[in-house]
Amino acid sequence: MKETILLTKHMRENPEDSHSLKSYEKNGGYKAVKKVLKSGSPEEVLEEIKDSNIRGRGGAGFPTGVKWGFLAEDEERYLVINGDESEPGTFKDRILLERDPHQLIEGMMITCFAANISKAFIYIRGEYAKPARRVQSAVEQAYEKGYLGKNIFGSSMNLDIVVHLGAGAYICGEETALLNSLEGRRGEPRLKPPFFPAVKGLYNKPTLVNNVETISSVPWIMSNSGKDYSNLGVEGSTGTRIFSLSGHINNPGNYEIEMGSSFGEFVETLGNGVKNKAIKAFIPGGASAPWLRGDQLDVKMTIDDVANEGSMLGSGAVVMMDEDTNLVLAAKSLVSFFAHESCGQCTPCREGTTWLENILERVASGRGRISDIDLLLDVCDNISPGLTWPPKMTTICPLGPSATASIVSLMKDFRSEVEILLPKKVVIS
Amino acid sequence: MRWETQRLEKAKQIIKMYPQKRSALGPLLYLAQDKDGYISNESIVEISSLVGITEVQVQSVASFYSMYKQEPTGKYLLSVCKSISCEISNSSEVIESVKEFTGLSNNETDDQNLFTYESVECIGACGGAPAVQVNYETIEGLTPDKAIDLCSWLKETEPKVIVADELQEKFGGVKSFDWAIEDNTGTSSPVPGFQTYDTLKEKK
Repeated sequence: MKETILLTKHMRENPEDSHSLKSYEKNGGYKAVKKVLKSGSPEEVLEEIKDSNIRGRGGAGFPTGVKWGFLAEDEERYLVINGDESEPGTFKDRILLERDPHQLIEGMMITCFAANISKAFIYIRGEYAKPARRVQSAVEQAYEKGYLGKNIFGSSMNLDIVVHLGAGAYICGEETALLNSLEGRRGEPRLKPPFFPAVKGLYNKPTLVNNVETISSVPWIMSNSGKDYSNLGVEGSTGTRIFSLSGHINNPGNYEIEMGSSFGEFVETLGNGVKNKAIKAFIPGGASAPWLRGDQLDVKMTIDDVANEGSMLGSGAVVMMDEDTNLVLAAKSLVSFFAHESCGQCTPCREGTTWLENILERVASGRGRISDIDLLLDVCDNISPGLTWPPKMTTICPLGPSATASIVSLMKDFRSEVEILLPKKVVIS
Repeated sequence: MRWETQRLEKAKQIIKMYPQKRSALGPLLYLAQDKDGYISNESIVEISSLVGITEVQVQSVASFYSMYKQEPTGKYLLSVCKSISCEISNSSEVIESVKEFTGLSNNETDDQNLFTYESVECIGACGGAPAVQVNYETIEGLTPDKAIDLCSWLKETEPKVIVADELQEKFGGVKSFDWAIEDNTGTSSPVPGFQTYDTLKEKK
C-alpha cells in the first residue's frame, strides 16, 4: 500500500519553504485560479466540483458540490473556512495550514469565484497559533502581490480574507456554533431550520462553511478535472484523504491515501504496525465515532464501509489501542472531553455527559456500583434514544449523542472490562 | 487602568476588518489578556464601549471560551493535553510530573506568578502524544522527565519569547509530522502569538 500524494505534494517536495508564495508559485500554484478567472465560468467550476464527487472532509461527509448548489441568492454572501480542527485524534488540517497555506487560499479564491463571494474568513482554533500565523503571512503575501483585494488578475473579482482565531471551544467546529463565535457570541449551535448556513448563515446571510482539507483539494481538481479526481478512491469516497494516525503505533502521522484499503493494511504498511502487540480496539474516525474491535481491521476505509459497521470515518482520525490499554480509562477520557466541551444549551447533553463522566470516574477508581452498567446505558439512552448509529438526537447538535459512542462500544464489545471493576454480587444466606 | 493609545489603535484596526463590530470581540479579548494575563473588569468596560455591547454581554462571551482567563495567569501557561491519544500515551504521568514540579493543581497559579498549570483537551498534536503547550506554543513527544526539564529551564532562564521550535528541539520527541520549516516566532504572553493582534514576537 502506498500513499497517493495530491494535497501534500508541494509541501513534501519543498520542505523548507512550502509555506511561501514563491515556492507555491514556482511549483504551479495559482495557475488554476488564473485559468478559471480568465476563461472559466462559475457554472463550470461547480460542475467540476460536482463531477469530482468530493465529500466534506470535516466529519459529516456531505457532498461539497451539493452544498455549494444550496447557497441562496443574495447580494451579500460569505465563505467561512472551518479550521477549528479539535476532534481528538485529528491533526490533518494543522499540516495543511502550517505547510501549504497558499493552496488553501487558492482553493478559497476558486470557491469564491464559483459562488460569487467577495468576503471570506478562515476560522482557526486558538491553540493553532503557529499554523494561524503562517496562514496570516500567506494572506498578507497574497495581498502584496495583488492576488487578493480588488480586480484580482485584472478580472472583475474582488476578494478579502480575514484570519480569525477561536478561543478553545471544540463546539465551534460545529458550523452554526462557529458562525456564532465569528459574530462575537458564545459558541452555541443554532437550530436548523431555520439557520441552515446556506440560507441564514453569518450575519443571517447565505454562507458556505467548508473544511480546510475540502477547500485545499479544489486547486488540484481545477488543475486536472473533476473526473480525474473521481477516478481516485472508490465510489462514494472519491479522491484522496489525509488520515491522522495516532495511539499505539510505530509510525504515527498524517497519511494521504485513496480511500478503499483496509484499516489493517493501512496500519501495517504506512503505520509500520504495533510493536509486538495485538490491537484490542481502534477509533476509525475521531472521538465521536464508535470503536471497532481488533478483529475488524479488515474493514475498508471508506465512508460507506465504516458506516455499515455502525461507526463513521468522521474526521479521518484513526486511534489505535493495543491489548494493554485500559479501555475504561479510554472511555472516561473521551466522555470527559464531551462533558468539558458541551456548550450547555441542551439539558440531555449538559447533564448527561457530566453524569456519564462521574459514573465512569467512580467505576474506573473501583468505587462502582452493581447498577452502574444499567445506569450508564440509561443515561446514554436518554441522550440518544435507542443507542443506534448514527445516533438519534435529543439535542440541537450531535455533540451529546456522540458522547455515548465510546460507552456503547465499551458495553457492546468489552463489557467484561467494566464488570470486573464492579462489586461482586453478595449472596445472602 | 484604561487601555493605552497603542492598544486602542490596534483594537480599532481589528474592528475595521469585520462587517460588524461585534465580530471583533474575540480578538479584542486576546488584546485584553495580552495586557493583564486575564480578562480584567477594566478591559471588559473598555471592550464594551469599543464594540457597542453591554459589559454583561462581553463577560458572557469571555466566560464561554477556555482560552479567555478569568483570573490572572502566570508568565508561562502550561497546558498539558489529556485527550484520548495523549491519555493512552501516558499523559497522566506527564501531568503528575508537571504538578509535582510546580506544586500546582489544575488552573492554579504560583505565588511568583511564574507558572499557571492546566490540563486541557485535545491540542491537535496526537501523532506526537503526549503533548504540551507553553503559552500556546506546542511541544510534542514529551516524557515525564523531559517535562520537568522543560519547567526547570523555564524557571531558570525565564525566556522572554516562547518559541515552539526551540522548545521542541530541547525537550520534545516524536512529532505529529515533520515541522520542516524553520521558525523563530512565538509569543511573550499567555495568548496565541498572532501578528494581527500584535502578540507575535520574534526570538532574536
